Amino acid sequence: MASDGGVSCLRSSEMPNVGIGGMELPPLDEVHVLAVDDSLVDRIVIERLLRITSCKVTAVDSGWRALELLGLDNEKASVELQRLKVDMIITDYCMPGMTGYELLKKIKESSSFRQVPVVIMSSENVLTRIDRCLEEGAEDFLLKPVKLADVKRLRNCLTGDVKLSNGNKRKLPEDSVTVNASLPPPPALTTLSTDSSDSSSPPLSPVEVFSSPLSSREDDDDVLTSSPEGSPTPEESPVRRQKMGSPGLD
Amino acid sequence: MDAHVAQLQMQYRNYILSLYQQGFLDDQFTELKSLQDDGSPDFVAEVLSLFFDDCVKLVGNMARALDQTGTVDFCQVGANVHQLKGSSSSVGAKRVKGLCINFKELCEAKNYEGCVRCLQQVDVEYKTLKAKLQDMFNLEKQIVQAGGIVPQVDIN
Repeated sequence: MASDGGVSCLRSSEMPNVGIGGMELPPLDEVHVLAVDDSLVDRIVIERLLRITSCKVTAVDSGWRALELLGLDNEKASVELQRLKVDMIITDYCMPGMTGYELLKKIKESSSFRQVPVVIMSSENVLTRIDRCLEEGAEDFLLKPVKLADVKRLRNCLTGDVKLSNGNKRKLPEDSVTVNASLPPPPALTTLSTDSSDSSSPPLSPVEVFSSPLSSREDDDDVLTSSPEGSPTPEESPVRRQKMGSPGLD
Repeated sequence: MDAHVAQLQMQYRNYILSLYQQGFLDDQFTELKSLQDDGSPDFVAEVLSLFFDDCVKLVGNMARALDQTGTVDFCQVGANVHQLKGSSSSVGAKRVKGLCINFKELCEAKNYEGCVRCLQQVDVEYKTLKAKLQDMFNLEKQIVQAGGIVPQVDIN
């Protein structure tokens, strides 16, 4: 539980990495999200939403704290090793001191973190505000109160091209459950390849392993999906999975 | 024992439905409940507890800001209202949120009398909600203690 005003500890996902049949999955790289919100209630809620979708979460109460963690505050010399590795930053817009917009700008100005997707949350549905954030490079804009469906959508976008901390882009294999029955279920197990070209997936909760097929996200123009944002929606576009060769298939 | 559990469960169902029907709660509360599971069985209670702490703090801030001899800083009041509106929205406290929307307009209009009245209403409203939810949690406890399971209540 995050305590008031501070940083909640890096905690791994509450979901045990157990596949179907009770087989223990080795720990997989988890998506790490930095959540920024001055409201404690909102921090707790967003933390829960993110944990449910198998993310590691660090929650802070201000933009300044976020920059400090990222090693982007000007006070200290940025030391490579001290930087937090994040896969996504989700921030409230209205915050005292530094707004989410200002935080977004600082992140996009930094060479180390400009690639990290930044999502803005706001209780106000102001078009000019939304436009401004998107123009500045925000990945998405969520209207509060944030719901699980919103976070799941973000999560699905992330699984497609999560950057490993060493900078290599990671692609996911096709969903072997539907494409090739001879590959062993559950899907998560098939991604444990020792191959360096790597095909690991984010940890799925036991319930999710079969109900939510893995998505693979190609470049935008290759994505065969009817979703308005062009983001992968695994439940709706099984066709896409035909594109990539599955590991084990020729 | 089963009849007793069934009776408690029905009581619980009716109580929850009435809270929604009377506008105390909205679908964000439903959303929070859906985030609770066996691994986090007290999630809703914990979030609500933090919300009510927030209410105490923010109402106190607003009362102080409105209690100035001299010029009232309506921006300050408004900032607190904004925060309360945000957290009430996040937990599904529909009536509190509704009052905050009015309150915000009153701050922008620098309507002192209106603000004072609205603050009193907010104070009453969050305390009423707190009592209602306490009753709800007590019912849940009674059901569990009687050996039953707390039913999922379908609002629709």
